[in-house]
Amino acid sequence: MTDQQVQNKIKTEEYFINMGPQHPAAHGVLRLILTIDGEIIKNVEPDLGYIHRSIEKMCERDSYQQIVHLTDRMDYLSSHINNEAVCLTVEKGLEIEVSDRVKVIRTIIAELTRIASHCLWWGVMGMDLGALTTYFYAFRDREMINDIFEETCGARLTMNYNIPGGLMFDIHPNFVKRTKDFITHFKTKIPEYNLLLTDNVIFHKRTKGVGIITKEDAISFGVSGPVARGSGFSSDVRKHHPYSAYDRVDFKEILFTEGDTFARYQVRMMELWESVSIIEQLIDNIPEGETKTATKAVIKLPKGEFYQRVETARGELGVYINSTGNKNPYRVKFRSPGFSNLSILNHISKDVMIADLVATMASFDFVIPDIDR
Amino acid sequence: MNFLQMIIPLNITKTISDWISSIMPETAASYTIMVVIAVAYLALFAVAGLYLVLLERKVAAWFQLRIGPNRVGPWGLLQTMADALKLVSKELTSTIKIDKFLYNLAPYFVIVSALMAMAVFPFSKQFQAFDINIGVFFLIAISSIGVIGILLAGWSSNNKYALIGAMRSGLQTISYELSVGLSILTMVLLTGTLQLSEIVEAQRTGGWLILQGHIPSIIAFMIFMVAGTAETNRAPFDLVEAESELGAGFHTEYSGMKFAYFFLAEFINMFIISSIAVVLFFGGWLSPFGITENIAWFPEVIWFLIKVLGLIFLMMWFRWTFPRLRVDQLLTLEWKYLLPLNLMNLMLMAIIIWLNWTI
Repeated sequence: MTDQQVQNKIKTEEYFINMGPQHPAAHGVLRLILTIDGEIIKNVEPDLGYIHRSIEKMCERDSYQQIVHLTDRMDYLSSHINNEAVCLTVEKGLEIEVSDRVKVIRTIIAELTRIASHCLWWGVMGMDLGALTTYFYAFRDREMINDIFEETCGARLTMNYNIPGGLMFDIHPNFVKRTKDFITHFKTKIPEYNLLLTDNVIFHKRTKGVGIITKEDAISFGVSGPVARGSGFSSDVRKHHPYSAYDRVDFKEILFTEGDTFARYQVRMMELWESVSIIEQLIDNIPEGETKTATKAVIKLPKGEFYQRVETARGELGVYINSTGNKNPYRVKFRSPGFSNLSILNHISKDVMIADLVATMASFDFVIPDIDR
Repeated sequence: MNFLQMIIPLNITKTISDWISSIMPETAASYTIMVVIAVAYLALFAVAGLYLVLLERKVAAWFQLRIGPNRVGPWGLLQTMADALKLVSKELTSTIKIDKFLYNLAPYFVIVSALMAMAVFPFSKQFQAFDINIGVFFLIAISSIGVIGILLAGWSSNNKYALIGAMRSGLQTISYELSVGLSILTMVLLTGTLQLSEIVEAQRTGGWLILQGHIPSIIAFMIFMVAGTAETNRAPFDLVEAESELGAGFHTEYSGMKFAYFFLAEFINMFIISSIAVVLFFGGWLSPFGITENIAWFPEVIWFLIKVLGLIFLMMWFRWTFPRLRVDQLLTLEWKYLLPLNLMNLMLMAIIIWLNWTI
C-alpha cells in the first residue's frame, strides 16, 4: 500500500468538544467550542451569553447613583475599581473635584482590591495546572483584605463604597492599622508563593513558551492589562493617564517581552509588589478633608458624551456615558478588559494541546460576568 | 501466661485453621480456609482503602492550612465509612448511549486486579497468603490488568472527556510499566530470586537492598517511585482524570459504588506500589538495624506498615505540592530520560554483581 492508501484506510477525523458552560477550567459559564484532532486543538470558538444580564441596558433605566451598584456585578473581583470608573466619569461630567482624602482612599482600596484579585488568580492558576494547594494559601491572604473591606464599608466583595462625589462614608478607625498589618504580613508571604509555585520546574515546563502573544498581536487585538504587559505593550492606564492619586505615587509599570504564559504570570506577581509599594506610600499620609463633595439629590449630567478609563486588575476598563441632560443616561457602554482579551484566545490557541489551552486561559484571568455583562 | 502471644495474627489464624480442619474432611477444609482467607483479605483491604482515603484527606488538609474531616467520629475517623455507606446506598445512574456490558464490567477489572495483587504480599514472615516463587512477576502482571478497566470505562461511557482520559491512561501505563519493570529487575539482579519472602530474607544479613546495591539501587528506587506514581495515575501524573482539563476523566459517567470502586482502587494501588518498594528496597518486615529481631512476640507486620505508610506519605506529598505535567512532557520524561537511565542502571548493577562489589 502506498502512503496515501494507508492514510485513507486509517482516516482520522476532527471532533468537537464543548469546554463549558459548566467546566472546571472555564471559571464560570464560558463555553468554548473546541475542534480537536486527538489532543491537538485546531480551533477555539468562544460562545458567550450564558451570564448576560444586559447591564448596559439597565443603566439607561437607572439614575447615576444607581449605575454604580450595577458595575459591582461586572468584574466582581475588582468591584471597587469598577465603581470608581463610573464615579470618575460622572464627576467629570459634573465638573466637580473630589478632595485629596477621597482620592487617596480610593487609590489605597483600589490597590488592595488588585492584590485580592491577583491572589485569587494565583490560587486558581495553580489549581488549573493541577497544584491544588496554592488556592488555600492565596485565600488565607485574600481573606485578610476582605476583612478590612468588611470593616470599612460593610461588604466583602460587592463593595459600593464609591458614590459620585466621593465616598459613602469615612474609613473605619482601624483601617490604617489593619492595612499596615496586612502589608507587613503579605510581604513575607509573596516569597512563599514563589517557593510553592513559581520556582517549580514542572510549572516552568507547563508555562514557558505556551500561548505566545506578540506585541503586534496584542495591540491589534486590543489586549490590555497584565496580558498586554506580558507581551511588552506598555498599556498601564495608571501610568499613562493617571487618575485619583496615581500621579503622586512612585511605581513601576511591569513589562515583560516574552509574551508567554509565564511572562503574564510574572507580570502579576511583580504587580503584587508594586501594589504593596503604592499602599505603603499612601497609607501613612492620608490627608484630612471631606469625604463627600455635595451633589444634588438628582444628578443630571449636561448634554454630551463622557469617557473615563481606569486600570482594573484585568486591564483597561472604559466607561462611556452619553447624556441628553436627563436624570438617566441615554446610552452607557463599558469597554471591559475581559472581552477584548478573550478575542485573542483563538488566535494563539491553534495547534496546542488541551492542557496548554487551560494554562493560557488561567494566565488570562477571565472573569466571565465581565465578558458578558 | 500466653497473653502476649495472642496478639500475633498467626496464632489466631492457626487456631481457626486447626478448628476448621478438625470438623471437616481434608479437601473441604482447604477450600473453606481459602474462602475464609479471601474474605478476610477483602475486608482488610476495603478498610485499608477507606483509611488511606481518610489519611489523604488529612494530609491534604495539613498541606493546605486546613483541619480536614473532624466531625464524624473522633478525629474524623468514621468520615470515610460514612462516605462509603452513602456511596453504597446511592442510585447507580448512567446515560442512555453507554455500552452497557463493558460499562458495568470496567470497575470490576480495576478493583479485582488491585485486590488480587494483595494475595502475594509478605506482611510478615508468617503473614503471607500466597508465597509463590514468581511473586514479583505476578505483582507486575496483575497490576497491569487494571488499565484495561480504565480503557473500557472510557470507551463504554460514550463521553469524549472520558475517552480522552482513557487514551491518556493507556499510553501512560504502557510507558511507565517499562520503568517499573526495569527498576524491579535491577533489584532482582541483586537478590537472584523472584520470591518476595526470599527477597526480604536476603536483607536480613546484608542490610537493606537500597544500601546493598550502592548508587544503582538508589537510582532504581527513585525511578520506581516516579514510575509508580505514574502507574497509579496520581498527581503530578494524574492526566487521566485531570479535573481542570477533562472534568473527571475516565470515570466522568460513573456514580455510586461503581465510582467508589475506581476511587478505592487508586488508593489500594498506592498501597501496592509502596509495598513493592518496601519489600525491594527497605527490607520488608525487617526492623531497622534489627532492633526488634530478638523480641519474639513483636509483630513484624508493624515495621512493614510503618515503612509503607512512610512511602504513601511521600506520594501524597507529591500530589499536594506539584503541578500536573502535560501529556507530551509525560512521555518525554519516560522515553527520553527514565528509560535510558534505567537501562544504564541495569547494566551498572550487573557489573557490580559480576565484580562482587555488593556490601
